[in-house]
Order: sequence, then structure tokens, then C-alpha cells
Amino acid sequence: MKAIAFSNVSFRYEEDSPFVIDKLNFSVEEGEFVAVLGHNGSGKSTLARLANGLLVPDAGSVSVFGVQLTDKNLFDVRKNVGVVFQNPDNQTVATIVEDDVAFGAENVGLPREEIGRRIDFALRAVGMEAYRHATVARLSGGQKQRVAIAGVLALKPRAVILDESTAMLDPRGRREIVEVVTRLNKEEGITVVLITHFMEEALLADRAVVMNRGEIVMQGRPEEIFERQEELVTYNLALPRIGVVCNRLRAAGMPVPNTLDAEALAEEIAKCV
Amino acid sequence: MKDVSFGQYYPVDSFSHRLDPRLKLIFLIAYIVAIFLASNFYGLALCAGLLVVIVVVSRIPFGKVLRAVRGVLFLVLFTAALNILFYNGETVYAAWWVFAITKEGLIFSAFLALRLVLLVVCSSMLTYTTTPVSLTDGVESLLTPLKWIKLPVHALALVMSIALRFIPILMDETERIKNAQKARGADFESGNLFKRVKAMVPILVPLLLSAFRRADELGDAMDARCYTGGNGRTKYKKLRFTWRDLVAFLAVAALITGVVLMKVYLPAPY
Repeated sequence: MKAIAFSNVSFRYEEDSPFVIDKLNFSVEEGEFVAVLGHNGSGKSTLARLANGLLVPDAGSVSVFGVQLTDKNLFDVRKNVGVVFQNPDNQTVATIVEDDVAFGAENVGLPREEIGRRIDFALRAVGMEAYRHATVARLSGGQKQRVAIAGVLALKPRAVILDESTAMLDPRGRREIVEVVTRLNKEEGITVVLITHFMEEALLADRAVVMNRGEIVMQGRPEEIFERQEELVTYNLALPRIGVVCNRLRAAGMPVPNTLDAEALAEEIAKCV
Repeated sequence: MKDVSFGQYYPVDSFSHRLDPRLKLIFLIAYIVAIFLASNFYGLALCAGLLVVIVVVSRIPFGKVLRAVRGVLFLVLFTAALNILFYNGETVYAAWWVFAITKEGLIFSAFLALRLVLLVVCSSMLTYTTTPVSLTDGVESLLTPLKWIKLPVHALALVMSIALRFIPILMDETERIKNAQKARGADFESGNLFKRVKAMVPILVPLLLSAFRRADELGDAMDARCYTGGNGRTKYKKLRFTWRDLVAFLAVAALITGVVLMKVYLPAPY
């Protein structure tokens, strides 16, 4: 089944401004891990908001797990598709970790015991169970974002969209988040859409999608995308240095795989020499 | 994090932390009434005594309590100064033009200052020992009768808890904007009062803009987590009375009785 399906979706924020999303066809299979890449203004964040009904398309239709989004079923759709946003400070409602994680589960009217179980599950899934009674403000950026993911998981969504959720984090925090979502995808079978402009984060995805001006311009396995370095540059996406090195080595005839992981590349080079 | 203590939760486990938030709110009101009922130092001493006990059993570090007082120190000193200068007493120590420092004035302003300090400390004890969420639950539960006159009780309570949560974030932001403006040559320290107030505009405008942006994002995040208002919502934390609440109730009741008795039998002014 398709987790998220956009068909001919167009959207613009104001009546006479250009379309941010233009006749977009895009879908994500259930259980898939898709990375959406694109520079600022490519329409990738709008994509996230359209996918769970925060925005309504001007034309075309959005379906989530086979249900077409309408004004009436927004609530059910949002239970299935959770969104984690960019700024951890602006998406925490409560001061204490467990209270914040409970928020979504309280909103859908679950009984108390079930909310307790959901908090256990969600905090364990993001590895934050030790911080259950901690104050959110005292956590690191990466930890705050993991709590935000837990808050979404407490609704037991079948898909999670991370809308640039790593953009404000330090490298360590970014790694934490990517690890958590990869595990959620592999172990819990949750569909993941990771929207980012850091290419190395796309490496673990099943599929990478590059957006530019509201359209999908490249699509494929992350390694294949990274090979097309010149094309990426035209969409204002710069390959990390390690990817550039990799591409050069390959061009020079060295049989190394395409990777953005410096250590993996070092090992491969060691094998060749 | 910035040094903002007022209105912030202090996470430890204590007797006071476990009290029912509804009762804590009622106790706070009762305590404030007691402070204003007290017409002499004996009564205030009783209030202060209970407050010291509360601080100790709440396991709030003394420094935290002082910090809450520091926030209103200016107000306390200012009112005290006015009272000292303008109070019409009999035993005059010094006089100049319309001002006079009298014995009664000194005593009265000390009395008022103590009252203010007690007021601030007891209010901050509530927020130190109660998470915004349970405070919200308490307010919501206490205001439930007002739903009859169509007051959006749930929304009001939620607004309150979000406001509390954003205090440290916005304080941080103010500091950041201030530094950014300073780096661009803004001057907040010199000039007369009018000039200094005017100098705050370049801080307030970006702060306000950013607050709106944050509110917008928070709204989206709440929508995304299926928030649709108070209807059909459940609560993870249940409010329950325990033996602790009974103990606290007795203590507050004893305080009020004590204060009233002192008012009647020890009518010494201050």
C-alpha cells in the first residue's frame, strides 16, 4: 500500500504568487525510508505540511494510507502521519518530558493506562526513557528532538515525516536523530520521510528524492544520486567533501563504492592499495 | 539558561511537589488572605514561620527562593522608600521639606516590605513545586464551574501553561537580540529615561516578531499532534487527594486561625 501519495498536487501560499509545489506526483510505499533533499525554497517543507493536512492543496489530491485527505478526516489522517518540525523549542508543549510525550495521546482521548504505555513505548523507541521526568529545557538539542519524535510516536503513527528536524542540531545531535529514525524504520516498520539539506543523512535511506522549485528533479538510490555531482550542483546542493573524493577516485578508475562515510571509504581504499 | 526563577518549576520530589495542584492553588489564595489579615508583626511572623517550613519540606534550595525575591527587590525597596518618606508618624527622626522620617514610618514600611516578600516567596513556591501541566490541570479543574457561563476554561488554562513554558525561551531570546543590537552599536545604558525606553524598541520589535513566529510553529506542531481543543481530550495525570493534602490543609487552617487570634488578642499596631 502507498503510505503517502500525491497526485498532481499544486500549492501556493498566496493567490498571485508562483506555485511552491507544481503538479507534483510523489509517493512513498509503506515501510519505505525516503530522504527528500533540496535547498531552501525548493518546496520540501511544504510537502510535509501537505502530507498531513496542515496545508490543503489548491489542486490535485493527497492520499494517506489509501484515504484521500479531506477537511473531515484530517484528525484520522494526522494520527497516521506524524510530523516532527525543525525547531525543538517551538514544538514542545509541556515543561516535563513525559507530559509533552503524553500531549498527542491525550488529544485523541486515550484512557490513562494506555497513555502510560504509549509514553513507555515512545521514550524507549527514541532511547530517552531515563529522562522521563526531566525538564525539556535542560536537554541538548538532539535530546529535545528525540523527545519531539517520541511525542509523535505516542500517537502510534504508521508514518513519520521529519521536516528539517536536524537543521538546528550539532553533528552529534544530527547523528542521534538519523540513528533513531533508521531504527524506527527497520525495527518498528514505520514509514519514514526525512526532509533535509544534509546529504550525508540521506545515505541510509532506501530512496533519495531531490526537489527543486516545487518539482522532483532527481530520484533514485542515494548512492546513484551522489554520483551525479554536476547535476546536484545545478540544484544548489553540494556534495560533502568525502563524496567528492569518492567520485574522483572512481573517475580515476579506483573500484571504491559510493559512500559519504569517511571511515568506510578509508577501508575500501586500504583494500585497493 | 538565563537566570529567570519566577514562574519556573524546580524538579525534585518532595512533600509539596506531591500535593494536589488544586489544593495548592487554594492554599496560596488562603495564605495571601492570611498575609493581608495579619495586622501586626506577630501575625506576619506566623506566616513567615509556615513559609520557612514550606520551603524546607519542598526541598527548594534557599538560593532559588532568594532569587525569586531579587526579581521584585526594586519594587520592595521603592515602596519602602516612599513609605519611609511620606508616612505621617509622631516620633520624628529627621525632616526636610514635605518629607519626614518617623519611627512609625520605618516600622510600617518594614511591615509592608515583609508582606511583599512573603507574597512573592509563597507565589513562587507554587510554581517551583508544580509543573505547568499540573498547574494547568488545577486551574482548569477549579474554573470548571465557569464553563456554565461559556468561558473557554480549557483554552485559558492551556494558554497559561504555554506562557509559563516560554518565559525562559523568550528571556534567552531577549538577551540574544540585545547583544545583536549592541554589536551593531545600539546603546541601552546612557541617556535619560525617555531615551532608554526608546532604545528598547529595536529589541521589542524583533522579539515580538519572533514570538509570533514561534506561536505559529507551535500551533502547527499542536495541530500535527491532533490537538482540537478540550473536547474529547483525556488526561494522563489524575488529580487525587492524599494524606499530604490533609496535612497541608490543617497547616493552612491553623495559620489562618492563628492570624485571626493574634489580630483579636494582640492588637498592638505592627
